[in-house]
Amino acid sequence: MNTVEDIKPAAAAKATTELSGSQAVLEALIAESVDTIFGYPGGAIMPIYDALYDYHEKLKHILVRHEQGGIHAAQGYARSSGKVGVVFATSGPGATNLVTGLADAMIDSTPLVAITGQVFAHLLGTDAFQETDVINITTPVTKWNYQVTDATEIPAVLAKAFYIARSGRPGPVLIDITKNAQLQKFAYKGYEKSCHVRSYRPKPIVRKEYVEEAARLINAAEKPFIVFGQGVILGKAEKEFRAFVEKSGIPAAWTILGLSALPTDHPLNVGMLGMHGNYGPNVMTNECDVLIAIGMRFDDRVTGRLDKYAKQAKVIHLDIDPAEIDKNVKATVGVWGDCKETLPMLTKLVEERVYPKWVEKFRAYEQEENKEVVFEELHPSTEKMTMGEVLRNLNELTGGDAIIVTDVGQHQMVACRYAKFNQTRSNITSGGLGTMGFALPAAIGAKFGAMDRTVVAIIGDGGVQMTIQELGTIMQTDLDVKILILNNEFLGMVRQWQQLFHDKRYSFVDITSPDYVQVAKGYGIDGNKVTDRKNLRQSLQTMLEHKGSYLLEVMVGKENNVFPMVPQGCSVSEIRLK
Amino acid sequence: MKQEFTITVYAENHIGLLVRVATIFSRRKINIESLGTSPSEIEGIHRLTIVIEETEEVVRKLARQIEKQVEVLKVYYNNGEEIVWQELALYKVPTDVIAEKVKVERLLREYGARAVVIRKDYTIFETSGHREETDKLVNVLAPYGLIEFVRSARVAIIKNSKGFHEKLKEFEETEPGQEVVENEFLNKQDEVFTM
Repeated sequence: MNTVEDIKPAAAAKATTELSGSQAVLEALIAESVDTIFGYPGGAIMPIYDALYDYHEKLKHILVRHEQGGIHAAQGYARSSGKVGVVFATSGPGATNLVTGLADAMIDSTPLVAITGQVFAHLLGTDAFQETDVINITTPVTKWNYQVTDATEIPAVLAKAFYIARSGRPGPVLIDITKNAQLQKFAYKGYEKSCHVRSYRPKPIVRKEYVEEAARLINAAEKPFIVFGQGVILGKAEKEFRAFVEKSGIPAAWTILGLSALPTDHPLNVGMLGMHGNYGPNVMTNECDVLIAIGMRFDDRVTGRLDKYAKQAKVIHLDIDPAEIDKNVKATVGVWGDCKETLPMLTKLVEERVYPKWVEKFRAYEQEENKEVVFEELHPSTEKMTMGEVLRNLNELTGGDAIIVTDVGQHQMVACRYAKFNQTRSNITSGGLGTMGFALPAAIGAKFGAMDRTVVAIIGDGGVQMTIQELGTIMQTDLDVKILILNNEFLGMVRQWQQLFHDKRYSFVDITSPDYVQVAKGYGIDGNKVTDRKNLRQSLQTMLEHKGSYLLEVMVGKENNVFPMVPQGCSVSEIRLK
Repeated sequence: MKQEFTITVYAENHIGLLVRVATIFSRRKINIESLGTSPSEIEGIHRLTIVIEETEEVVRKLARQIEKQVEVLKVYYNNGEEIVWQELALYKVPTDVIAEKVKVERLLREYGARAVVIRKDYTIFETSGHREETDKLVNVLAPYGLIEFVRSARVAIIKNSKGFHEKLKEFEETEPGQEVVENEFLNKQDEVFTM
């Protein structure tokens, strides 16, 4: 057994060293600047954990309480830090517990490397203990996956894994390593980062003609409209994006994952797109003459009915993934490329303009929405508290500097609608997959990815009960995560749909909760429950000022609905205010 | 309008790639009419030939999804006029029937069938050609006691393809040349190299 002193760092190891496959895995992580691993040990990954024992000073391992929690934490880490998230799990159930997180990361383009243990190579296909066909199970939910049965492959395979995970349109990669390969000693020749795989080209050299054509359309437009998504954040192109918006003077609306790429109070930020988005952006989608889509994929929750989506407009689509161009919405001009490169090219070519009348139209819709929906949500006249007023108070207390991690459902829509963000990588949520149970573990990961920032997890009473065991991870790591449960004693979003579209037949949406404050106490986490408005502000302040993690449960109105809403199967311009 | 398309995939010869490609179809509930894997003109690069019935729009989107897979180098899709294709068929019939019935012999000659194996109890014939041709011979042989029939996956050559040798060089460049990264796939899809 090598001790930590015996192991030469990969970079320094000029001469060949003998390493085990497991050590090679950890050397790869160090070479890729990984500092945090989320994971859970088990039989088939024990050699890697055994090696980790000697590497614990270089690699921080966070023991989660469930592999799903581990992968969501890795996602949160990747989203807050912009680095590749890493998760370890054992074979069989350990690996299958990763599947939800892989699917979530795949659809939300989150860079991850998942490393799973696998039974000995000679046992593959024998239905051995904790053997499952992880590669085939995870194929549709990974950008790439690979099974290693020979330790000599490990350095190159992990280099490829990290390269693929973070380049191009990012995504999850899973590497399944058989136990014999983890144990196998081999002549280690050092680690070389990958920057080329011949069958994979993460991004093209941008073709100027298309950018020029796009600029021509924009310069000829009278009512141009920008819709942007997470591509701006993934491309680390927030500055470039802002420069484009400000020079072109075009109003911009965001998808749920694009949120925080442009500060909430930017004068050209006109709000949220889609099913529970803002009134103006939805209606104006069907009024603009040029629609400029940047790093977004026209999800059905954004477009509503496709055959009535922006039919009057010329569509410019900037995306790094050519499969997204023309997938859902036919582009007049598709600009394939990394928006970090395409946006400055476009900014250079567009005229410096302002569209006061056009922007005013958005503001007029905004005022109508404020009058009909927003004011009452943020300053309710009801006895019961609303989710919106909790968000308003939170905004006032954090000033918009916190990372907000949300789960899935009504609270998520309310939080995304009303939370204030000053800086990028501040909104972390499960967008495409809509994974309940995402927020608590993702908040843990988000905190590890941005230790200097306040992280507030906003979670419903349904979602929190799906991954509540991760309170144990918080307990063990002494992490500072603020947990804000908005409890409406219902699975609220499903209830809302049942009310609106199923004649109020509330079928299994009535969910009971434990005493969350007591549960938190059991994990050594302080907490409080607010049932009365007069205590709300102070309780939120206490939560934020508390040293260490804190759980605050806020009881909100049971049957509040999230509006506006584009009902399923309707056009975005048929958005309802009530 | 749905029509038959032949999709040609150049890919690394890696385990698991076939599943990755197949799930792109099954996920969308699209039936694969024929799927064959074969070596290509370049060692180590595999060529998949897939036949489906779909509209061109769907096929174009599928092609991009396939091409997006890390281990896929390039995807082409073509209608029947743009390719030369063949399928191989084997027919097992009782030898005594063949020997006795002159009509069968004539039929076989007419369809260009060739005897591969002749035994006392059975004879195996082979034909190759388009599906309608191989299908027709099945119908013809059925009354004479056709014992077994099997048809291969399609093999197809794209008429205007210059092969993959030159393109591979571009793929192997660490920094792609202008031609490699051309993104005119939007309107000139067959000449393009999208990756």
